[in-house]
Parts: sequence; structure tokens; C-alpha cells
Amino acid sequence: MAPKSCALCKKARAMLKRPKTGQQICRDCFFFVFETEVHNTITEAKLFSPGDRVAIGASGGKDSTVLAHVMKTLNERYNYRLELFLLSIDEGITGYRDDSLETVKRNQQQYDMPLKILSYDELYGWTMDAIVEQIGRKNNCTFCGVFRRQALDRGANMLGVDHIVTGHNADDIAETVLMNIMRGDIARLGRCTSIVTQGEDTIRRSKPFKYAYEKEIVMYAYFKKLDYFSTECIYSPDAYRGHARAFLKDLEAARPSAIIDIVHSGEAFEVREEVKATQKLQQTCQRCGYMSSNTLCKACTLLEGLERGMADAGITDRARKRLEAEGPAPENLRTIPFFRPTTTPGSAASTVEVAI
Amino acid sequence: MSSPTPPTIRLQIEFSGGLELLFSHTRKHTVNLPSTVPNSTRPADASYLILYLRDNLLKERPELFEEKGTVKPGILVLINDTDWELEGEGEYELKDGDEIVFISTLHGG
Ligand SMILES: [Zn+2]
Ligand SMILES: [Zn+2]
Repeated sequence: MAPKSCALCKKARAMLKRPKTGQQICRDCFFFVFETEVHNTITEAKLFSPGDRVAIGASGGKDSTVLAHVMKTLNERYNYRLELFLLSIDEGITGYRDDSLETVKRNQQQYDMPLKILSYDELYGWTMDAIVEQIGRKNNCTFCGVFRRQALDRGANMLGVDHIVTGHNADDIAETVLMNIMRGDIARLGRCTSIVTQGEDTIRRSKPFKYAYEKEIVMYAYFKKLDYFSTECIYSPDAYRGHARAFLKDLEAARPSAIIDIVHSGEAFEVREEVKATQKLQQTCQRCGYMSSNTLCKACTLLEGLERGMADAGITDRARKRLEAEGPAPENLRTIPFFRPTTTPGSAASTVEVAI
Repeated sequence: MSSPTPPTIRLQIEFSGGLELLFSHTRKHTVNLPSTVPNSTRPADASYLILYLRDNLLKERPELFEEKGTVKPGILVLINDTDWELEGEGEYELKDGDEIVFISTLHGG
């Protein structure tokens, strides 16, 4: 096949076919359009204000590694005036997270950003290895998911940042849309495509790669020779997500626009007020001060179950009742340090400059 | 009936994004591929390479690499650093010295 020239600059040799548009473009034009689209996503959603302190949730994997690179590039190119940080959670999984954290530490050097690593061990007194040893491989992803969410917020709070950006890409979001449809989870379906989420007193979270295809993220990393870590979590056969992912990849092979089409479909679902009303009101956890929809937050409930040797207590109502029947939590129960939200000096609220 | 050793082409193969785990945990391999598909006159193409790698180099879980005669959806292929979608995908006729990269996008971000 004769080499084709780039559809944008008409000069260099095309090296990549864009899944979103079918355009055949060269390497330099690809870098430029990819970065520009992320910039457009950021500006259209007004994600940041000048002076914001922003943490990049960094796992050492492809998405967050490319995100760190692109955030640094755009911050300099368009003068966002953001202070960027890397925030990693160490779940304590030997042979998985310890290797990927080495990648994050190299990223810290390469991108010259301060790095904060917060471990489950220091926050909860348990590593995932220890949790799996006690509870086996059933429900371990529930523990990990609940613990990670709170750990990210607390790590961000320690860094005094206003905002966490994560590497979720269009494929991830399309996958979540499909899963919420298949589970009939309409409340989540309405929320899962929003680019920014914010709870009562948690830190803003957003997804600058919301419209970026996984294929392009991987190609970007490959052409830029970015250093990332790729292996599956040794404890996480999330079978349901796996099926949704395989289905999505089949759709993409037949029609590459399928991914962005599903994201747009998800966006078009508006959650009716009655459905919203069934979502519980937020309060703060009596024991640890983190936001919660009950008197105890999910992490405290899970942790109490672990500590009292009844790990199911945080999973099912029946097990929870059994735990309560055994009496109140002992005085010396290990708990999560109390959460005190910090207000940052010069945070977005105090500046009058327009959003970027 | 024994046939003489068929002529081969020499290829540089690379696996990444987690695919290397299926290939002896090794990213880079040199492969001498028969220059025509056995029992035919068809020149070796990328489709033949995928089946050849599955049968001769892959060590575990073939279903994570090959599906219906091509790579499993979600695996990117580059031929001499170019997206294989621009090179005719499976129909690309391989040449001596070609570099083929397989990258899985299916592993966590
Ligand atoms: Zn170009
Ligand atoms: Zn709590």
C-alpha cells in the first residue's frame, strides 16, 4: 500500500487512523489534535480557575501517565496557572501496586511534580493483602473501592488541593453507561457521564479525558515513549465490567464511533426528580467525619467488620444486624483518623479571576 | 514426503500493554517467519503472523490474543510504527526486517 499523506498538514506521512473521525493523520498533527481536544474539553466545562491546586490521581497506568503529561503540557502552553500534584493510593498489593508506584515515582522526576502517596495501611491499618487474607476473594473489590474513594479525598485534603483529575477515558465512561443500563441503575446512569462530580464536602473530581479514546491514549503514550505500567490487579476479576468491555470493543471494531455515541447517549439521559429524591441526604460520619449517607460511613462500617472479624457486616444488612446484636463497637476499636477539611490559601473561592 | 526448509523472513516483534505476560513475560522477540503460508502460494501477511505467533510463541491464554483469525478487539497493532489500519490490517504483506508491535489497551489505567 502506498503511504498516504496526513489529512491535516498534507505533508507528513499518515501514521494513525483516528477512531472518532476516521481521519488519517501524521504523528505531530495527532499530538496537536489530541492535546487541543483535551484543552477544549477543559475550557468548555470550565474545569479550572487560575491558581487552582490540582492533584492528578496517578496509578502508574497508561491513562493517568498520559494525563499527567498532557496536563503539564497544557498548563504551560495555555498558561492555566495551575499548581499540579501527583496523588497515588497504595492499596498494599504486593507485586502489583508496589511495581506501579515505582512508575509513579519516575513520573514525579520526569514531570517535576510533587508526589503524595497515601496507603491503606496508614489510613485504615489494613493492606489489601491483609484484607484478602482475612476475607478471601469475595467482596474484596468492595473494600478496595470504598477505601480508595475516601483515601483519594483524604490525600487531596492533605495536599490542600481543590480538585482531583482522573484518567477516566471515553471507553471507561461508555462501559459504565452500559453497565448502569444493564443493571437498571438509573440514578447512576444520570450521573456517570458528568465531567465534574462533587459531594457535600468532598473535593471536586473531574475527567479531562472524558471524550478521549483509549486507542488514542495508548497511541499517544507509544509515540511519546511515555513510561507506564500495565498489568491487571491480581485480586480483581470484575467479571461484569469485563463483559461490558469486551462487548464495547466488539462494537468499536464494527463501528469506531460507537464509544463516543454511547457517551453521548448517556449524557442525554436526564434523571427525573422522583428518582433523585430516593438518593439519601448527605451527612457526616459520626466516627470519622467523612461524608456519609448514614450515621457511619461505608469505610467505617467495613473497617469495623474487619476489626471484629465479621467482614460481611459492611456488605449485607443481615450481617450488619448480626454485628449490632453482638453489642456496640469496643472502646479500643481501630478507627480512621478524623477528617477535617482544610481550606487552602489562595483557593479558587477567594480569587475573582474568570474561569479558564 | 519431506520438503526443504522454506525460505523465511526475519521480523522484530514487540508486545506491550500487558500482552508480554502471555509471551514468556518478554517484550521483544525476533521471529523467522516462513515467507509463504504453508501449503499455499500466499505470501506471509499479518493475518498469518498472528496465527503463527499464537501457535509458536504464545505461552498461555490464547483467547486473550487471537480471536476469529485476527487480534482480539482492543489490541492495537503497529507495522513499522504505523497504525496497521493504514496498512491494510491482516492483508499487509510482510517484508524482511519489518517491526510489528502489539499493544493491549485492555489493562488498567
Ligand atoms: Zn500532519
Ligand atoms: Zn467514617
